Amino acid sequence: MKVLTGNDLKTGDVIWWTGSGWSRRVDDAADAGDRADEILATEEAARRVNVPYVIEASREEDGSVRPAHIKDRVRALGPTVRPDLTLKPQDPEAIDWVI
Amino acid sequence: MYKYDSYDQQMVDARVEEFRDQARRRLEGKLTEDQFKPLRLMNGLYLQLHAYMLRVAIPYGTLNSAQMTALGDIADKYDRGYGHFTTRQNLQYNWIKLEDAADILADLAKVEMHAIQTSGNCIRNISSDHFAGAAHDELVDPRPYAELLRQWSSFHPEFTYLPRKFKIAVIAAEKDRAAMRLHDIGIQIVEKDGKIGAAFYVGGGMGRTPMIAPMIRDFVPLDQLITYAEACLRVYNRYGRRDNKYKARIKILVHELGKDEYTRQVEEEYAHMQQQGVEPPREELERIKPFFADPAFEVGAKSVDRSDPDFALWVDRNTHRHKHDSYVSAVISLKPVGGIPGDATGEQIRIMARLAQQYSFDELRIMHTQNVVLPHVKIEDLHALWTALDAADLGAPNMDSIEDMIACPGLDYCALANARSIPLAQRISEKFDASGKTEKLGELKLKISGCINACGHHHAGHIGILGVDRKGVENYQLSLGGSEAEDTSLAKITGPGFTEDGVIEAVEKVTDVYLDVREDGERFLDTYRRIGMAPFKEALYD
Repeated sequence: MKVLTGNDLKTGDVIWWTGSGWSRRVDDAADAGDRADEILATEEAARRVNVPYVIEASREEDGSVRPAHIKDRVRALGPTVRPDLTLKPQDPEAIDWVI
Repeated sequence: MYKYDSYDQQMVDARVEEFRDQARRRLEGKLTEDQFKPLRLMNGLYLQLHAYMLRVAIPYGTLNSAQMTALGDIADKYDRGYGHFTTRQNLQYNWIKLEDAADILADLAKVEMHAIQTSGNCIRNISSDHFAGAAHDELVDPRPYAELLRQWSSFHPEFTYLPRKFKIAVIAAEKDRAAMRLHDIGIQIVEKDGKIGAAFYVGGGMGRTPMIAPMIRDFVPLDQLITYAEACLRVYNRYGRRDNKYKARIKILVHELGKDEYTRQVEEEYAHMQQQGVEPPREELERIKPFFADPAFEVGAKSVDRSDPDFALWVDRNTHRHKHDSYVSAVISLKPVGGIPGDATGEQIRIMARLAQQYSFDELRIMHTQNVVLPHVKIEDLHALWTALDAADLGAPNMDSIEDMIACPGLDYCALANARSIPLAQRISEKFDASGKTEKLGELKLKISGCINACGHHHAGHIGILGVDRKGVENYQLSLGGSEAEDTSLAKITGPGFTEDGVIEAVEKVTDVYLDVREDGERFLDTYRRIGMAPFKEALYD
């Protein structure tokens, strides 16, 4: 699947296109299909996202979304060396998901 | 240390308001990201993996306790409670919001700090010897010259859009503690025929094409220091490549022209510029110098009570000989076992500030090795200082050991990185501490970069590690034999790369080779230079 991501203009937070808006949770990401470039242009112009781009990802059996590249998995979770600052501070296996 | 005059303060305050307006216009959509990006970068504001990142300049690594306290307060007020000290003697905040950035710059300006020229293709923060003004072995304090260069290079209209970024280091001792020859310009203050002047080394650097700067002039009179630096920059600005960012640094120009031809052109420009009168008036240097005068040293104890072995170890490892025999420079390690190199919490930063006020004439230094120095500590105060540091998890006795490694932020934070650096640093630190080998190994400089840009100085590590991306999987190249000291050398790659587990095992293997074959007094680097790569390769790959 093709997933759109970027950073929130005001906060810099990593965000993911949900099909109707943006979420901080990668699992909310929607498949942008062949509309990716069109959506990115609209959203960037509307200042809802900063420096957006398209990545490859897969939808897992449990419905979660896994970016293909490790860099985007780090972005999706947070720094692996500071579990307390990730989006899943209570999940000890979250770091393994990145690697 | 230097205090802003009204011009300095006005320039910094004006820049804060200029940036406040630029950020407002960006947030209101009046500027696109393409328009805004060069403006934010001129103020040290990057966009990294998780958020905006702000890099704060710490000129030649010197700051006072009020400035350090402000850095800690900003970490708590605007970031997530910590900051990261870098290999450029700066501080980075990892979790900045664009809407807060101008307020942070305003808070910095209140304590005579800023983030100007910490990014972009301009002359960056001037770096220097972290023991400057305190070391027993320096000719003079290099910081007045670094400050003169700072003033000259700040907002220099001719050098605001260079072909690429430009880094200058200034030292004044034979022992190089600033990686001087791995800078675009390295300046060593020297004495010749009873006069003080400057030797110029030009065209060094790390990154994807590491080079050691050749000396292009062994003596420039100090009243021509800025003129000569400007001549070096002018030739680069004129002929440095702008068509390919990977070939745009001055090291490529010097290499392609050849040292002799580059030098000829600089000398020609220098001769021309001497007629132009660009050198600042001598009075300006004389105005600057008193800011760096020695504090009021007092005679006191010359040794410590060594009955506490932990304290004695810290004294042996983390203090540096001072020019006054009742004082030392104390190194505060930001490398606790298993910690993140260079990170300090807001509270730890404030504690270091308080200890500087109490024990070091209100002064601190940031080391390019991502530690902090209290430059002037009375020997009789050392135990009290160590006790306070240890209580704040700042008392690791590991300066220049394998546990005192440099590591860039790597893929955990950096948008350019290909692999994570910090987890390697943490695991190696834990492994060697647990095995008790750190002490046996003595001085061993390990440097880890998460990409070819080499912010972790891997080219200059006795042992260097470079993280690369191999089809989406982290992989690590090992290299041996680098040095960023006065015996500067570039490390050589051992061979095929390793997995994360594999490279940690590889580091252990090469240190075992060293322990097996070293001769009396040899550091790891000395043994490598004596026996060459072959025995290490054999241990790694056979």
